Parts: sequence; C-alpha cells; structure tokens
Amino acid sequence: MAVIPAVSLSLTVNGKAVAADVDPRTLLVELLRTRLGLTGTHVGCDTGQCGACTVHLDGQAVKSCTVLAVQAQGAAVMTIEGLAAADGTLHPMQAAFKECHGLQCGFCTPGMVMSALDLVARHPTASEQTIREELEGNLCRCTGYQNIVKAVQLGAAEMGTRGA
Amino acid sequence: MGATEQSVIGQSVRRKEDYRFLTGAGQYTADVYPKHHTHAYFLRSPHAHAKIRRIDTAKAKAAPGVVAVFTGADLEGVNGLPCGWLITGTDGKPMNEPPHPVLAQGKVRYVGDHIALVVAETPNQAKDAAELIDVDYDVLPAVVNCVDALKPGAPQIHEQAPGNKCYTWALGDKAAVDAAFAKAAKVSKLDIVNNRLIPNAIEPRAAVATYDRAGDSYELYVANQNPHVERLLMTAFVLGLPEHKVRVIAPDVGGGFGSKIYLYAEETAMVWASKRVNRPIKWVAERSESFVSDAHGRDHVTHAELALDKDGKFLAMRVHTTANMGAYLSTFSTCIPTILYATLLAGQYTTPVIYAEVTASFTNTAPVDAYRGAGRPEATYVVERLVHQAGLDTGIAQDEIRRRNFIRSFPYQTPVALTYDTGNYDATLDEAMKMADVAGFAARKAEASKRGKLRGIGYASYIEACGLAPSNVAGALGARAGLFEAGEVRVHPTGSVTVFTGSHSHGQGHETTFAQIVAARLGIPVDNVDVVHGDTGRVPFGMGTYGSRSLAVGGTAIVKALDKIVAKGKKIAAHLLEAAEADIEFKDGKFSVAGTDRSKAFGEVALTAYVPHNYPLDKLEPGLDETAFYDPTNFTYPAGTHIAEVEIDPETGVVEIVNFSACDDFGNIINPMIVEGQVHGGLAQGIGQALLEQCVYDKESGQLLTGSYMDYAMPRADDLPSFKVGTKVTPCTHNPLGAKGCGEAGAIGSPAALMNAVHDALA
Repeated sequence: MAVIPAVSLSLTVNGKAVAADVDPRTLLVELLRTRLGLTGTHVGCDTGQCGACTVHLDGQAVKSCTVLAVQAQGAAVMTIEGLAAADGTLHPMQAAFKECHGLQCGFCTPGMVMSALDLVARHPTASEQTIREELEGNLCRCTGYQNIVKAVQLGAAEMGTRGA
Repeated sequence: MGATEQSVIGQSVRRKEDYRFLTGAGQYTADVYPKHHTHAYFLRSPHAHAKIRRIDTAKAKAAPGVVAVFTGADLEGVNGLPCGWLITGTDGKPMNEPPHPVLAQGKVRYVGDHIALVVAETPNQAKDAAELIDVDYDVLPAVVNCVDALKPGAPQIHEQAPGNKCYTWALGDKAAVDAAFAKAAKVSKLDIVNNRLIPNAIEPRAAVATYDRAGDSYELYVANQNPHVERLLMTAFVLGLPEHKVRVIAPDVGGGFGSKIYLYAEETAMVWASKRVNRPIKWVAERSESFVSDAHGRDHVTHAELALDKDGKFLAMRVHTTANMGAYLSTFSTCIPTILYATLLAGQYTTPVIYAEVTASFTNTAPVDAYRGAGRPEATYVVERLVHQAGLDTGIAQDEIRRRNFIRSFPYQTPVALTYDTGNYDATLDEAMKMADVAGFAARKAEASKRGKLRGIGYASYIEACGLAPSNVAGALGARAGLFEAGEVRVHPTGSVTVFTGSHSHGQGHETTFAQIVAARLGIPVDNVDVVHGDTGRVPFGMGTYGSRSLAVGGTAIVKALDKIVAKGKKIAAHLLEAAEADIEFKDGKFSVAGTDRSKAFGEVALTAYVPHNYPLDKLEPGLDETAFYDPTNFTYPAGTHIAEVEIDPETGVVEIVNFSACDDFGNIINPMIVEGQVHGGLAQGIGQALLEQCVYDKESGQLLTGSYMDYAMPRADDLPSFKVGTKVTPCTHNPLGAKGCGEAGAIGSPAALMNAVHDALA
C-alpha cells in the first residue's frame, strides 16, 4: 500500500483557528470528533441518510460524514458546541428545543438543531409542512417529530424577534 | 423553582438533561476515548447458513496495526450467551435451547453472525485485516420464514432443535373454547402477519472494554438499557468472572426501544479480549452492522378466530401463532410471543374463554427479541383486527361492538392469567371519538370521495401489561431472574439529594421525572435533586428499563426509599424538638410538632444527621441515606383507544394519515410533557410498522435486503401528521404513585388503528 502524504489543513471551527495534518481520506466528522474532541457531532449511519452528523460549513448545513476534512480547507465550520453564548446561555433554537421537548435521547439532536438553523435561515417563517419537508434528511426515532416541528417554529420566532 | 407537592407533580417541568444534549456535551459510548485504546472490528458471516471448514487468520495477524485476531477456537472455556426465560412446552418439556456461541463454532446461522474479532490500532486497520481472514465455507440451504422453517425438509439449523422448533406452548382452556365455537352464532376469522421490524435506535450499538491488570478488574462502557443485568449475565453465565471485578457503565444512550436490553456477542468478546491484549478496545457499530446484528422485532404469522353470539357479544377466541426466534435465542426472546403476548388476548373485553397456541421456530435470520411493546403490539393487532372484522361481519358499528364487550368491573380476572386492577375503557373511547370528530366523519368521507380519494377510519382499543413484574409470577412463568427495582436516596448534609436508580434513561427523561417525585415528597426544589443511573459502580442492583416499567417499579422503589428518609427524619426531628416521634408531621419540607408552630426544616434535619452533635446516637445511626427494593404485586394495565383516519389515493395507493387521535390511561402522570413525547414517539414507530417499515430477507439466499436507510423505510418528518393526544386517569391501585407506564402505548395501539382505517377506506 502506497503511503499517502498527509495534507496540511487550516480552517476555523466554532470561530477558532485550527491547523492539522490529516490523512486525505479523513472525513470532516472524524476530524471534529477524534482530533478536535468535538463529540457533539454524532455518527448514526454510513449512507448519509440520518443527518446526526450535520454541521455548518461556511454557513450551510452539510452532513459531515460525507465531507472530506480537506474540503473544509480555509472554511468556517460551526458545530453544536459553537452555538451557545460564551456564558453558556443557549442559542434561541437550542432553548426552543428544550422548551418544546423537541428531544428525548439527544443523539439526533445536534444534527437536528444545525439543520433547523439552516432551514430557518432560508425560510424564516416556514410552515409546518415546509419544516417537515426540510427535515427529511434528519432521522429521529424518539420524538415522532411533532415537538421538533414546534421547536423549530418557536426557535424561528425567537430568532426573528431577537434578531439572532 | 420552589417546589411543593402541589406545584411539581403533574407539571411539565422542562428536562434537566436537555442542556448537555443541546450543547453537544452528552456522553455516549462512542464519545469515550480511553488513552492508548485499540479498535475492534467483527468479521461477520456473508452467508445465511454455512459450515466453516477452516479459518486462516495468519495474514490478518501480520497486517499493519493488528494487535490480535480471535476466533471461536480461541474462546475455549467461554460459555454461550444465555436466554433469560425458560418456556415449557405443551409436551411438558423445556424449550429447545441450542448453544449461542459468542464467536461461531464450526457453523454460521445468519448473515451477520460473528466469526472473528480483529483488534487493531485504527478502525480501518482492523477492517482491512478482517478482509485478509480466509474462511472456507460449505454453504448450506437457508430458511428465513418462520412457517417454512417448520415444514418437513426445511434446512436443519441446530442439532439441538429438531425440525427447527424451539417450543409449542399454549395458554387457556381449549375444550371450553372449542365448545363455545360450536355454539356461536357467528365466527370471524383472519390470517394475520405481524411484520418484522429492525429497531434502529439512532445511536448504533457501541462498547469500550478496558482491563486493569493492577486490580484484575474490567470496565465496560456499553450502549445498554440495563447495565446490572448485562453484568450479571456476562460474568456469571458466560465469562465466569467475579461480578465485583466488572463495572458496567451505560452512559448516555441514544435510544433503545428494546434493542439495547440484551447481552450481545460483541461486548462479551471484547471484555474477554481486553485482558488478552491488555489495552482498551473500542467498537462502534456501523449502521449496516446494526441492521444485520441488532435483535429484530415482531415477525409473527397468526390465524385467529372470534366466536360471537347473535348480539355481537364475544364468546370465545382461538389463536394459533408461529413466531420467529431467528437463528439463536436472544436474552428475552422466548417470553415475547408467549408470556407478553397470549396473556393480552383478552384486550379490553369480557371474552370468557380464550385459547392461544404458539410455536416458535428457528430461522437463518438475526435473533428476534423485544422491540417497543414486545408481544403486546402483536396481541393488540390480533385482537383489534379481529374485532374490526367482527364489526363488519355483524354489521355492528365499530365503537358499539367494542362497548358491548368492554370490561367494566374491576378487579377483573381474564381467562389468560392476568388480573386487571383498574380501567375505564368507555372513557378513553368516548374521548378519542371526540378528539377524532367521529361525528363529522361521514361528511369528510363524502367530500374526499368528490376529490377521488378513499377515506377510512379505524379504531384500536388496546391494553398492555406493564410494570414488569411481580417476580414470583414471572418466576412461575419461566423467568430466570427477578424483576424488582432498586432506588437509593442520598440526602447530603446541606439537604440536596442524589438519587441512584436501577432504572436506565435513554430518552425517557428520568433525570427530571424522578427528581420531581423526590422534590415533591421532600419539599425541596427540583434543581436540588440529581438522578444517577446506568453505572454498576454507583447504583444498587436494579433490573433496568424496558416494558414501560421505570416509573411504576423504579419510581416506586424511590418512593419507598423516601419513606425511609422521612421516617428517620421524624426521629431526628422528634429529638431536636423534644417531642414524641408520633407527634411529628412532615409536610412542605418541614418536620413539625402536630398542633404547634414548632418545626425544623428538612435541611436542618439533614445537617443534624451528618453533624450529630445533638443527636440520639444511642438510638439512631447518623447519616441520611436509604435504599429500597420494590417488587410489584401485579402488572400495571395502561389502556386506551387510538383512532386513525386515512385518505388513500386509488391511483397511486399512497396512504395519507389525515387525523390520528390517541386517548390513553396511564394512571397518574408526573410530567405531562414527557408523557406526550413518549406517546408521539410510540405512535411514530407504530405507524412506521403499519405503513413504512418492513425487514425483508431474501427467501433463497437469506441475505438481508433491507440493510440500510436507503432500503428500510424509517418514518421521516414528512411521513407523519401532528397527533392529537389526550389522557384519562384511573390510578393504578397497587403502587403508591398510581402510575401505569406510558412508553410503549403508542406503538401498541397505532398499527391496528391504522390498518383498520385502511381496510375501512377500501371496504
């Protein structure tokens, strides 16, 4: 087996500059979890279907299990760990998930919240139907989605009023 | 939050556990990264049924990064995985119980069966090395259908199970049932398949096993619903290790639904191997491994008959079921289609005699075990599809035929072994009908018909037996374990509390609900109570979470421990207040002398217990820390009615759920928000079973055809409607909380309601 040279990578993750030499096959989610210790981003499948690994890459939701770390060269990555304020105050979308009981086991939750923020950015006043369609790429086995939909609506409303 | 009994029980307190989950600070097994750990990969059988002529691991052992390779031949002295429930057949003989080896011994029996454990420095190195293992297979014909497996000439899976039969078991008075059928005015009959499901918790199974040579001890992190049971089975029955030398931690667990109850081969092999390699070993299942190796659910084939008199009263029921056990007996597999199934066939009805006969067979498929509801969804499906058919056969309306047969007098002894303590089935049916606006259905159907759509409505009035279980009853029925629960309430010197529970939360919100119970009883804020679960090193021996048992059994154990805390607190307060113990009352966080204004706050009493300068040391030990074990005297019986309304497009066959209403009786409710969430989730899984999910094995090759999220239809957000949920309350009569359990109801009632609605639309 030929040795593949490592790639020097620099990017920002949750606003902090990060530099790492990575095997070019490394997935973005592996970089986040095993190199940077950001274990809030979860892996729930191996076919890009479940969405538990969703993060933001330059402001857009991506499934970090289907993105190579090298594709994030120079980019800004935001994970669930980067959402709350420095003093620990929850982002309005996180707070809405708690308020509406939009999570149970918590495993799909980080990906769900990151997808919710992306969809609200594109549809600030999304209807229930739009939210349900937009969340098609995020599987939840616990909640039946009803309270997630409510949480996204509340989070969107709170973000609108607070200008978050 | 100032919390007294009045304010905190029955309140939708927002969950204490949410902050860590919402900020990415949850700690799941895959998030555990011990220093210098290695990675496990399991080589699995690509064949459904094959003899193994030879395994050559030499190349794999020499591959880069490989630490060790183990096969079945290495596991000498290691026993097979045990089954926790002995079923005795109609022939009076114990069930056939073939060995369930941790790693294959000369034969593989399903696609995904474990052949070898590869331990390497990285996951990819372990995986690459597994590809270098040379296995010489003699491929055999396979059988995957539970009825086909029993036919003459079917491939023989185990030497110890002739004809692939595990058992034939029966419940009820056959002669009385046959006599009742002979006199019936009408007999309704159905052939029913309860489709096989794959649980699919979003967190894949995972384990991290570490051996400590200095202490000759082991630590296992594992995604599991009952760590004490896991440890007991693994140490005492399989590996022969001293129980106190193994600590099992089930940290945050990303959903279970039954699939994480069982002792699996993976973590067992890893604990064994961790001593051999003397380094931590980590394994996280890929989703495709979850599909082939998690215990599956359901998979029954049933013929059911209901005898009625001329007025639509049920006279008798006769049920023959064949149940798929898969290739090996998983931990609780054998009790699901028997004890947790046939005992529920009375449903909410006064059917005086019932006979059920169940044959369980082995097939070349993954083991089948409890999945949300476990036996009770299957029973409800039989009963409620049959009642729907009886409505059609007699021309009696669906609500009316149910009402004519409802049980209304409690306690009620069914002909299938259970005694229902309480219920009000008219109340939940009435309320569900209001919620569903049944009165307006005819107009909606007519309107839909103008649009070319077929509209139907379906009912399911279900019952379940939860709160597992009275140990003596379970033992008489074949359980090889007790089914009590344990709780410890540790009051700290400053009056805050840590609760240690044997129940396990993997989404159910115990950290909040249990804290509410403690806060209410002790009159302290919910924030002053933390709940610890899932660690054999910290919590007393408990049986874990399944069968909607945590509040009814685990919660009651905590209540019993709180009783002891209050009793001791009264003794301390009596000393401090120089009063007789009998005169001390405890209310709203205060110990008072009855009829006076003299009192001591709970915190003062707690401090006195730990700083016993003024303390009755001659009569009482210091400290305020009590443990209780609670074994229930009966099952609990949540019940309710679910009503589904669907619209079918006759051009495409697409079924749209236009209305789903569920009215449930869970007894007293501690946190309505959490209960609603449990119902929503259960409904999603039940609707998934009815309309979307189906595990399919290829009939010839035994290959799993639905082995990924591309092939297995998981319910997604846009597949489901918003549910209307409501509750009616008849408190459970035999536990102090009056609680019955709510975790499985959604998955139990909904499949029959949905399918009845589809049948109604197509009628």
